[in-house]
Amino acid sequence: MDWAALRVSLWLGAGTIAILLPVGIWFGRLLAIHQFRGKVLVEALVTVPLVLPPTVLGFYLLVMFGARSPLGQAFQSLVGQTLPFSFEGLLLASAIANIPFVVQPIQRGFEAIPSDVRDAAACCGLTPWQRFTRIEIPLAWPGILTAAILAFAHTLGEFGVVLMVGGNLPGETRTLSVAIYDRMQAFDDRSAGVMAATLLVIAVGTLMLTTTLSRRVGVRRG
Amino acid sequence: MCDVADRRLSVRILQRSPIPLDLDFTCDPGDVLAIFGPSGSGKSTILRSIAGLYRPEHATIRADGEMWSNTASKAFAPPHRRAVGMVFQEYALFPHLTALGNVMTALGHRPSAERRSRAEELLGLVHLSDHQDRRPHQLSGGERQRVALARALAREPAVLLLDEPFAAVDRTVRRRLQDEIDELRRTLEIPLLLVTHDFDDVVRLATHLLIPTTAARSRAARWPI
Repeated sequence: MDWAALRVSLWLGAGTIAILLPVGIWFGRLLAIHQFRGKVLVEALVTVPLVLPPTVLGFYLLVMFGARSPLGQAFQSLVGQTLPFSFEGLLLASAIANIPFVVQPIQRGFEAIPSDVRDAAACCGLTPWQRFTRIEIPLAWPGILTAAILAFAHTLGEFGVVLMVGGNLPGETRTLSVAIYDRMQAFDDRSAGVMAATLLVIAVGTLMLTTTLSRRVGVRRG
Repeated sequence: MCDVADRRLSVRILQRSPIPLDLDFTCDPGDVLAIFGPSGSGKSTILRSIAGLYRPEHATIRADGEMWSNTASKAFAPPHRRAVGMVFQEYALFPHLTALGNVMTALGHRPSAERRSRAEELLGLVHLSDHQDRRPHQLSGGERQRVALARALAREPAVLLLDEPFAAVDRTVRRRLQDEIDELRRTLEIPLLLVTHDFDDVVRLATHLLIPTTAARSRAARWPI
């Protein structure tokens, strides 16, 4: 069992959620509530990482993060190291790859709130911020929870993008899914088996958690 | 206490689309103005404009001695700054809160120590003291309607707006709710607007009637004529 790889995977999952949830809540709500020109295009762009082969996504991310790109140059001058093949680069790539897993469930969550309920909150004297925190967030909660769990589970299972952008640096960018591949290449079936079983247990566990929690929320809301 | 003219609701709305509206009316405290007409005639749009949830092309809305909307001077008070109590057609209760929580939400203007007792008092007023810990899905249509009414009153509104309040309840409940609203009208002394497509509501509750029409400027008339 590669404990360092498990640690990288868990940190990557938690970091991805921490970065993406605030962005996803803002953006998902925007898409759910507002009508604007070019919305269809924006929705298509949000979904793109879902349908692109991970290698294609990884390729574009590498180009975007490279030393000749403005982002890569800015990161290097700030931190003193390159963005590709670093944990930070991997985290950013993971956040981008997970956008559809986060934005879509949150968008559906906000869409499920009837517009009358929003209006009623305004007529109750709640300011826009109070409406958001006291009415909208609790009602969109199942969508937000699904988004967090999906992003976490997907990050744990991501392989192509991780290998392209992060490489295979032990303790830095080698995640559990990459470690499994690595062990298989070395004919170490036993280690690969243990790690695969670990990922399987985590995946089943998170999905059970989503179902239980959304059922509980369902009962609470009726 | 302000005089009647200060507490009067006066509304002037003019718009060509999406729903053509040309209205000019007032409603005095203690009066019930029924806005009667078929679906799609813009009845709800009138209430939503008064509440500040909709901005018509041209509007001058005055209530509570304040200017709420004036498109000419670009004055516009957002809904949370208007002392409006509104009962929505489908009640629009907050599904994650109990009846008590729903009413307390509209009591933000009161000190927090008073909110609970005031909400209990209001639920008592609409005969729901026994159901204050139930969530909306555990209540019947008529009970939800009463919670919505208590929540609208919690705001201590200067204007009470009822959008098809009896549309989703049966005839017996409807009669009882009509009586309760009639009783409220006498005690509240605020302008009360009632949108309906059922003439029974007009007959039983209205003191004034407005029928929105596109043919000419719509004004309110005393009812019964």
